[in-house]
Amino acid sequence: MKILVCCSSGLGSSFMIEMNIKKVLQELGIAGEVTHCDLSSAASHKSDIYVGTRDIAVQLEGLGGIVVSLNNMIDKVEMKKKLSEAIDKFNGK
Amino acid sequence: MLKFILDFLSVPAVLIGLVSFIGLVAQKKGISDVVKGTVKTIMGVLVLGGGATLVVGALGHFGNMFQYGFGITGVVPHNEAVVGLALEEFGTQTALIMAFGMVANVIIARFTPLKFIFLTGHHTLYMACMIGIILSVGGLDGAALVTVGAVTLGFIMALFPYLAQPFVQKITGSDDVGFGRFGTCGYIVAAYVGKLLGNKDHSTEEINFPQSLTFLRDSSLSISLVMLGLFFVVAIACGPEYVEQNLSGGQNFLVFSIVQAITFAGGVYVILSGVRLILAEIVPAFTGIATTILPNAKPAIDCPIVYPYAPNAVLIGFLSSFVGGVIGMGILLAMNTPVNPLPIILPSVVPHFFCGATAGVFANATGGLRGCIFGSMAHGVFITFLPVLLMPVLGSLGFANTTFSDADFCVVGAILGNIINLIK
Repeated sequence: MKILVCCSSGLGSSFMIEMNIKKVLQELGIAGEVTHCDLSSAASHKSDIYVGTRDIAVQLEGLGGIVVSLNNMIDKVEMKKKLSEAIDKFNGK
Repeated sequence: MLKFILDFLSVPAVLIGLVSFIGLVAQKKGISDVVKGTVKTIMGVLVLGGGATLVVGALGHFGNMFQYGFGITGVVPHNEAVVGLALEEFGTQTALIMAFGMVANVIIARFTPLKFIFLTGHHTLYMACMIGIILSVGGLDGAALVTVGAVTLGFIMALFPYLAQPFVQKITGSDDVGFGRFGTCGYIVAAYVGKLLGNKDHSTEEINFPQSLTFLRDSSLSISLVMLGLFFVVAIACGPEYVEQNLSGGQNFLVFSIVQAITFAGGVYVILSGVRLILAEIVPAFTGIATTILPNAKPAIDCPIVYPYAPNAVLIGFLSSFVGGVIGMGILLAMNTPVNPLPIILPSVVPHFFCGATAGVFANATGGLRGCIFGSMAHGVFITFLPVLLMPVLGSLGFANTTFSDADFCVVGAILGNIINLIK
């Protein structure tokens, strides 16, 4: 399972979210590849789940994966919940 | 052998790689991870240099055309471009100041009330680079340069998030997390202007702002479009003859402008890829170590942390700050006289894009929609004037067609540079 986190320049916040997702995946005991990049590059990184904050998540629609839109990029509770839902959806396909 | 070692260590890329290497070993990573992380960090610095070549080529043409068309120097402030340019000469100083600056940040957060750990790695890198340039130009070298640089860097890494915190609390409604991006003085200006001129009861989030504009949040695209606009203006001011005879080798002047504008954006894209490679090991190591030593300190995180709280303010802030940049450029043009020539700071998309958007969110929190519009506009004017104060202390880099763009770089740089000039 591939997870891609995006933000405008692919440097700061997507990197933070990536580190948090890695922690959450570890807690959930799920193996997954997590990377981060900028919006321009998102389309060329084929992934199963795309993660972005609410203000840019709409830009990730149509890339062919499940989109997770975060209201708060450091809220691990929200992220864990939304990510679990996305993973369930991915496994259900 | 000695020559080999000296030559090897004087390559900035290797030195920055060494910082990663030490970080990886300190985290007790396996050999394969250490080798991978170190090589990728070195590659990042080299990739960054390649991107800088692209950016500098396009900017050179732009500066040339601007000079010919208007008879004055035009500057497009751009952190990535100037850092790419400067790392060639100041890479060693940057690497050492960055490494010890992060240590200084931890020490300061431990022993003073400034309890923030600055985690926006690319801004740490850019700030380390700017401090390195200013101290070198000011005549410092060796241990003195690294010590003064690292303490300065560590101090501002903790100070600016501290200054931003009251506003961040207002925006996010919590005190768990700090804000770390070196444009703080600009956001605070925006917040106060917003408070003065705005009305908090009418938030930006109550209006129905066209969300179709979110495609502008793709920074490579925004940079291309704005540079295209700027290139067209200077190309038309120069006329086809000058461009086709001197610069483009006969290619149509508008085609040449399109290619150069997108080349510039492409160069920034390459630089960002390089920065991403450099930070891939350094940021997690710093985050891991700092948060273990200091569980009570707040992590200061890059500006998108506040964006989801007011997505409309993000777009309005960007556009309004950009308008402020155009107004500021107009004022500089009016103030520019042959006796007292000023560099003309053009509205560059990246600072307005990130810092302007952040200023919008700050000003919305203090003054609602009207506050957001005027606050971000004030921010745009502010960051157009600031580089004029910074450029004189940057030495030969002060004559480049690009410079540091975000508010705190200019404020810290101008203060530090002038203090050194006073002492000298």
